[in-house]
Amino acid sequence: MAERKFAWPARKDTTLIGREIPRIDAVEKCTGKAKYTADINTPGTLFCRLFTSDQLAHGKIKKIDTSAAEKIPGVRAVHLFKDVDDEVRWDGELIVAVAADRDDIAKDGVKAVIVEIEQLDQFVDEADLAAGEKAGRKQELGKKNDGDVDAAIKAAKAVHKGKYGIVTISHMCLEPHGAHCQWDGDKLDVHLSTQNVSGTGSQFAEALEIDAANVTVTANYEGGGFGSKFQADEWGVACAELSKKTGKPVRLMLDRATELKVGGTRPSAFAEITIAGDADGKITAWDSVHWGTAGVGGGGVDVTKLPYVFKFENQRAAQIGLACNVGPNRAWRAPPHPQLCALTMMPIDDLAAKLGMDSYDLFLKNLPQVSNGKEAVYADQMKIAAQAIDWKAKWHPHGKAPEKGPVKRGLGMAIHTWGGGPGACKCTVKVHPDGSVETFLGSQDIGTGTRTILAITLAETFGLPLSAVKVNLGSSKYPQSAASGGSITVGGVSGANRRAAQTALWQIFDKVAEKYKVAADGLVAKGEKILSGDKEVCTWKQAASLLGPMPLEVQGQGPAKDGLTSDTVGGVQMVDLSVDTETGVIRIHKFVCVQDCGLILDEMTAKSQVYGGMIMGVAYALTEERLMDNKTGRYINANLKDYALSRIGDIGELVAIMYQPDSEYERGVVGLGEPPVIAPGAAISNAVHNATGVRVPTIPLTPKRVLDALKGAKA
Amino acid sequence: MNHFEYARPSTEGEAATLLAEHDGNTAVLAGGTDLFNLLNRDLVAPARLVDLKSIPSLGEVTETLDGVRIGAAVTLDTLARHPLLAGRFAALHAVIDGIHSIQVQSMGTLAGDLCLAPNCWYYRSGYGLLAMRDGESLVETGRNEHHAILGNRGPAKFVSASRFAPALIALGARLRIVGPSADEVTLLPVEAFFVSPKTDRQGTTVLRPGQFISHVEIPADGETRSATYEVLQTEGLDWPMATASVSAVVSSGVVRSARIVMGHVAPTPWIAHSAAQALVGQRLTEESAASVADLAVAPATPLSENEYKVQIARTAVKRALLRLAEQTSTEGGVA
Repeated sequence: MAERKFAWPARKDTTLIGREIPRIDAVEKCTGKAKYTADINTPGTLFCRLFTSDQLAHGKIKKIDTSAAEKIPGVRAVHLFKDVDDEVRWDGELIVAVAADRDDIAKDGVKAVIVEIEQLDQFVDEADLAAGEKAGRKQELGKKNDGDVDAAIKAAKAVHKGKYGIVTISHMCLEPHGAHCQWDGDKLDVHLSTQNVSGTGSQFAEALEIDAANVTVTANYEGGGFGSKFQADEWGVACAELSKKTGKPVRLMLDRATELKVGGTRPSAFAEITIAGDADGKITAWDSVHWGTAGVGGGGVDVTKLPYVFKFENQRAAQIGLACNVGPNRAWRAPPHPQLCALTMMPIDDLAAKLGMDSYDLFLKNLPQVSNGKEAVYADQMKIAAQAIDWKAKWHPHGKAPEKGPVKRGLGMAIHTWGGGPGACKCTVKVHPDGSVETFLGSQDIGTGTRTILAITLAETFGLPLSAVKVNLGSSKYPQSAASGGSITVGGVSGANRRAAQTALWQIFDKVAEKYKVAADGLVAKGEKILSGDKEVCTWKQAASLLGPMPLEVQGQGPAKDGLTSDTVGGVQMVDLSVDTETGVIRIHKFVCVQDCGLILDEMTAKSQVYGGMIMGVAYALTEERLMDNKTGRYINANLKDYALSRIGDIGELVAIMYQPDSEYERGVVGLGEPPVIAPGAAISNAVHNATGVRVPTIPLTPKRVLDALKGAKA
Repeated sequence: MNHFEYARPSTEGEAATLLAEHDGNTAVLAGGTDLFNLLNRDLVAPARLVDLKSIPSLGEVTETLDGVRIGAAVTLDTLARHPLLAGRFAALHAVIDGIHSIQVQSMGTLAGDLCLAPNCWYYRSGYGLLAMRDGESLVETGRNEHHAILGNRGPAKFVSASRFAPALIALGARLRIVGPSADEVTLLPVEAFFVSPKTDRQGTTVLRPGQFISHVEIPADGETRSATYEVLQTEGLDWPMATASVSAVVSSGVVRSARIVMGHVAPTPWIAHSAAQALVGQRLTEESAASVADLAVAPATPLSENEYKVQIARTAVKRALLRLAEQTSTEGGVA
């Protein structure tokens, strides 16, 4: 018998893989049949509201009195997150939760809570290094140094020194963090808005001091996670404790303001950067100092990863953290690549301007210095992107826009990279004697289409329509799977399921071979039939019936080095936009992303990932920003009016081009969630620079920043 | 949540009576596009909401001797396509078009817009209209990038939230105000409606407890042309960074009379009298528009973080004038 190898079908032989297939749960989601955590409303469910430290950023609690709240009819229990003498360290830190029969009663309960806090010294101005130092909040966090930077700068033909920045933004999942908890004796059922179905049960168990075996975590549908939902979280544990205390089911979802304040942030990075190059545009030196904050612990953007994508012969970088009284960071889609990309690609574009070069040519010139081995892929992708955006025809030197009026048009680009290798996954694939197929795995569909790509994987393997396959995920009782973060899910779950499905199919082939007297290793499952060459041997149902009365169960796992999956992607983004130099308002015309990601299981979900990344990118490039108020220490714009996201009219024409030569298909599945969100900030800033001839140093490029920069350049 | 009564009167007099009760601790409900935000954040705690939408006269747009009269319950999307407004009041139509939210267009009203509370984030965070803490203005040295650049030397530093006031003032509109007694009616020019408060309790308008706007009356003389330019950062639901509405009578290409009103730049709508005066006798050109716009923002006293708004306001004025010029030139005048 020929060797049976785990592999994807040859590209030409696929039926479903790589097609544009809508999500299999789209109708459920659109009709409201899909139940998210906030929809779980078992009889008697109590509502929760939170008392948070929203009058200051740093203080010591002197008094907590919940007695009046507890006396309100309908208030069932309170939970204390803090005690007297504890510190509150940022605006929005949780102090008390109130559970009540109705939402408005819970709100009344919160109003009746009395908390006295003594103000301590607070510092929230993460952009102001000098003030941070004066306030004793500065940390020297690390340095690196390769080659001889000073000598290289001295010898360079062109040297550019500039200031750059990218501010803190908050996680903004459509569905805020939260849980619904219900006890049955000593067993706890948690519906959790989580990216980590398999990993959060033990967190609840540990916090509640109960057996992990008694905890079931369920997350059937998810309104986004983006890196902010790996934990049980103190509010999740509070929900379970309030449920225990009251003997009733309890639901606790963060309100939007609290979500913005405590649901996790992307750390800021501000920098002074010197970049130098020779006359041909080859970058010869990099020197940077950057600072920012990830919260009260200081921290920020990892210095070891700067400069980004490129590794120059002479490079030096230093990182400073500022301990600020601000909400904590959490992994934000591609951490911390958007910041690294912005800090790296903006100075590169500035160097092009200094040399009077086309930015495209300068990027191309430096591709031999990329550190991820993808030089040729980037070159290819740049060519494709340039064609899509008509770079050559539209390019003009920086600041030389041909338009006579105040509205100037410009082009910008940036490149990015990500790993995206497969995460750990175990699954059980069942083939029932009637031919229906299902899989069980403790993974989750956080909105990315995991269910759909699993259905495609199984249906393709067994030669079935999507409707014949059922995907069961979102329960901690299923075989464990890694948390969905870092773009590791698609490779992890598709690899494990393909392995299990191929193994099951081989067992069925053996039974078919025996029954129908054909060679097992020539059999193929396609079109609900088992074929030997072009000849039908039997139908799929007949083949499955050979299993006897019991279903066939096969466990799959991964990752494995069998070629089903791979890692490391590149990507190029180019933007064509206009800047109104009299108002500072930016309008995106066209935004192109050329992205590789190995084998694409579903072209539609893949493109959706890219569109989603680009849209999030436009938001953080133009409007999205956490604004801390130095006077009060408060997160002053923690609402959806002042914390502005992009609407459909703001994003321009998005063009997602999946880079798919056969070599990409051959290398197997690679994750795609993070990459497309990395480069928009840099590409958009570079396009504004091209349009106006002025670098707006800090992202997002608000009208204020644009006009201030234009005015500064004139002065 | 504070409990409140909900009342739905069917006559203007009844509404006035209902509003005057509870010591005037009542609120008018028209579109409700902002009132519920204020209620949710406990920024207002009325004992009673008085819903104006069932008063027949308030739901009508009627022709008057010198223009149109618009009821306080008429929604913006109705106005956008109302035959009595078609082809005139360009300054007003431009504002409706700029509200990109279908929800606000289909619920919001002119009178409600005039009564909007400031969007100032200190106010919305519970620091009061004047945003004072320990006797100190939080705005003065705080996050004031969206605050006033004109009329900001007094205690109020927020910007008027009304999007329609500049257009209505430029058009010479009047407000018909009912109350506090059931049969009391006052007519007031829109520009006299707004107040830059000296205390948190003073509010942003002259309305006293028991009073409400029943109608907005816009005169139409057949010769006045108008235009509005709002500077909006985004295409979605957004508030202008600055607005300018202008109106003028132009004959033989020469401006005979003009009004220039800026919005979102001061605690009240801001009438640029001397800039408008300077326009009289001139032709509307790129140059005259620019120099008049310079005059309009000349008195600006920007705060620590909002000098850029001077440029934005200047642009709004210039572009509103150029829009006006486009209208008059297509009518055969000389721009």
